[in-house]
Amino acid sequence: MRRWSGWLLALVILALAGALQITLNDYYQRVLAVIAINIILAVSLNLTNGFTGDFSLGHAAFMAIGAYTSAVLTLPVRTKAVVLPELPRWLGQLEVPFVLALAFGALLAALVALLVGTPVLRLRGHYLSVATLGLMVIVQVVALNWQPITRGARGINGLPPFTTLLWAYGLMVLTVAVIWRLVNSPFGRDMIAVREDELAAACRGVRVFRTRLLAFVISAAFASVAGGLWAHLITAITPASFSFLLTFNVVAMVVIGGMGSISGSIAGAVLLSVLPELLRRVETSLALGGQPLYGLSQVVIALLMLAVMIFRPGGLFGRSELPDLLTRLRRPSAAPLANPRTSSSS
Amino acid sequence: MLTPTYLAQQLVNALNLGSLYALVAIGLTMVYGILRLINFAHGDMMTLGAYLALGIIALLALPVELALVLPMLLVAGVGLLVERLAYRPLRGAPEVAMLITSLAISSLIQNGATMTLTAQPRPVRLPSQLAQRIAIGELSLAVMDLVIVALALALMVALGVFVKRTTIGIAMRACSENLRAAQLMGVDVNRVIAIAFAISAGLAGVAGVLWSGKFGLVDPFMGFVPGLKAFVAAVIGGIGSIPGAVLGGYLLGFAEVLFVAFAPPGLSGYRDAFVFALLLIVLLVRPAGLLGQREVNRA
Amino acid sequence: MSTVPPSAPLLYVTQLSKAFRGVQALHEYALSLQPYTLLGVIGPNGAGKTTLFNILTGVVTPDRGRIVFDGRDLTGAAPDAICRAGIARTFQNIRLFRRMSVLDNVKVALQARQSSHFFTAVLRPPRFYAQERMLSERAMALLATLGLDAHTNLQADALPYGLQRRLEIAMALATEPKLLLLDEPAAGMNPTEADALMHLIVHLRDALKLTIILIEHNMRVVMGICERVQVLNYGQLIAEGTPEEVQNDLRVLQAYLGANTR
Ligand SMILES: Nc1ncnc2c1ncn2[C@@H]1O[C@H](COP(=O)(O)OP(=O)(O)O)[C@@H](O)[C@H]1O
Ligand SMILES: [Mg+2]
Repeated sequence: MRRWSGWLLALVILALAGALQITLNDYYQRVLAVIAINIILAVSLNLTNGFTGDFSLGHAAFMAIGAYTSAVLTLPVRTKAVVLPELPRWLGQLEVPFVLALAFGALLAALVALLVGTPVLRLRGHYLSVATLGLMVIVQVVALNWQPITRGARGINGLPPFTTLLWAYGLMVLTVAVIWRLVNSPFGRDMIAVREDELAAACRGVRVFRTRLLAFVISAAFASVAGGLWAHLITAITPASFSFLLTFNVVAMVVIGGMGSISGSIAGAVLLSVLPELLRRVETSLALGGQPLYGLSQVVIALLMLAVMIFRPGGLFGRSELPDLLTRLRRPSAAPLANPRTSSSS
Repeated sequence: MLTPTYLAQQLVNALNLGSLYALVAIGLTMVYGILRLINFAHGDMMTLGAYLALGIIALLALPVELALVLPMLLVAGVGLLVERLAYRPLRGAPEVAMLITSLAISSLIQNGATMTLTAQPRPVRLPSQLAQRIAIGELSLAVMDLVIVALALALMVALGVFVKRTTIGIAMRACSENLRAAQLMGVDVNRVIAIAFAISAGLAGVAGVLWSGKFGLVDPFMGFVPGLKAFVAAVIGGIGSIPGAVLGGYLLGFAEVLFVAFAPPGLSGYRDAFVFALLLIVLLVRPAGLLGQREVNRA
Repeated sequence: MSTVPPSAPLLYVTQLSKAFRGVQALHEYALSLQPYTLLGVIGPNGAGKTTLFNILTGVVTPDRGRIVFDGRDLTGAAPDAICRAGIARTFQNIRLFRRMSVLDNVKVALQARQSSHFFTAVLRPPRFYAQERMLSERAMALLATLGLDAHTNLQADALPYGLQRRLEIAMALATEPKLLLLDEPAAGMNPTEADALMHLIVHLRDALKLTIILIEHNMRVVMGICERVQVLNYGQLIAEGTPEEVQNDLRVLQAYLGANTR
């Protein structure tokens, strides 16, 4: 029965997204699309940070790669001639469908992740965190300086608004499905084993480096897709869009939701997408000395994260998934059972 | 272009930048050595120091010397407070918990500053004693340049003496070697960690004051990238090693200035990218850095 | 017991040495181990026994020496490669995947020999489910052999201590080793549990045609089941032979009495 429930859920989500796309006003559509994008970001980051135990801070960088790739590839040829006149000829005359552009961005991000991951993931400790933040700086610098492709600090605007609710939720469902299946497969078991005890995993034959690299590369690819979606939702991108703030918020979603729980990441993403929308009103109305309180929602998120680390280090969900929690509610048992993680449900 | 004066000017720039990186890297490496924590909020201690100095000079009109010493002490106090409130409750938790906490503290400082002081960069007007320039031959130096290098060196020597000669300094090195063993030998680990955080933050605070004096602007995010670069410096020198941090700081300062001075004109904008590419190369070729030790498995 | 004719050694080790900051943990260690032998390694605390296992499994790189296993030179190989080459171990200070279920712990070790493909995991053709089912069945069978089948869904760190040690053995066996290294598998058990475990070890050796090196503090236990015994002291191999030979060796007595162990 559970094998069908996943498909059913996906169908319901897509039907809802399609219906809301027709009926809802622009503001709410945008909020909903942002939620879907944030879910993609959080769930994919969770693959490294939660399941494998490598703390990546590279999501802004990979989003930027996806956003710029998709922007340059999908911009109509005539617009390109005006906006990006210095583009190499072949690129200037290329106009690629949205999906292909997203796929290509994902590939590129995966490649970059491979390049960064190869030296760093062989090392123990949290070098990946610094290296990925470094990657963010590198990507920002390249976006600022590679004028012919990126238009530097001015950024690229006037992107086609491809990101509808159906696209956003379609790709969100795809992301969650792929990562859910990956986590509940031999690959996922290897990842969790590496997180629990890297050395012991190696002594049981797990190819530790390869496992860590796989998680990092997949995670980067999905972040890139989210970046592409985001670019075509906002329709304007600049290097400054892809700052530490972005990464930090995704990290907060994963941490608050519960590292190592996909349901948790989804909950965290929804929570932290809605919270700033609510707080934005407070920011502007609770003006201090005539100044709006910009930064308030970020301060709240940071405090929330500090509180989680001290009082509930597992986050909202710990490492449990919603289906398991529901089963446990129905059949409470005394012994501390492990998550039935590998029951191959899809 | 390659006149002796130009070269001397670049040398001064490199020494300045290197001194600042070294000051910041020392704090990172001290805390990392003991707790295996990459403190992402370390650069933001620079920001705090810079704002405090700005306030002290502009609002309180206190003498310049105090604008250096007071921020150092106050930021050291902040370091102490943060350790007590945010990190100590996590002792015994997985290492990643502290890393996440440091990210949150960084965000808290950056956005707290944005909220209360706005994100608008504020210009730093150097007091006349520091803005003065002195000419040595054709070379013209700002007093500020000399102050940066001299103060950094003085602080490093003081720290060296502290770590080598005082009981608590020796205890600190013992904790860095092996925290458990130090604890078993009766070292008050909590006290050592608190002092390490205080010194670390204090040094970053002064570095922030000097940084803002040198580059002339203060904003809520100013410390973030220098903090990250200081980590690169610490890795180059060998993370966990204080002499390594100093060495790495100056090496990075020189590398960066050389890159800007001698890279083809179109590439100098890639300065920060160069620094982090350097990090990746070091991690690939010599992850233990120049003076660091490789970590050993314990089964 | 086993009447295997002398053949090429399964494991051939020469001049193995390792120092930690001046402490000579292992010095010029040598071993030539015939297949299906049960070798006991004894010695006081800090003698270098665990270091020997760490080197054999690639956890620690030796300063000097060579390791040839099953005709392959494994000196300096990585732990996962060594595991797949057929050497498996348990850890003296238990190292399980603590927050995974008992069953999944074993599956991790089992799947090291199975080829998994990314697209199989994501697209899930019937083959995927068949493979997962087979993995579960084999894991269950192994857990049953070690008397853990009542606890398969428990989180590993919720197991009682003695059963955690058994789970370690199950995981080592799951990697289908030719050579099994057991590092004080009975530590912390009461005499009855320890005896049961030793019977199980002998049974496993015979049933699975294993070669075993057993580190054990308890002389009596080692003498009871091992065909050969080596004695380490301060990193040096001080005696080697049948249990009787070793028992009567003066240096061994001195090492044990001098160290005042049990
Ligand atoms: N990773 C390590 N780092 C430093 N010293 C070690 C390490 N592993 C073992 N030692 C030292 O090597 C010696 C032998 O230890 P070990 O092999 O664990 O002995 P045994 O298992 O026989 O009790 C001891 O002095 C121990 O402290
Ligand atoms: Mg031992």
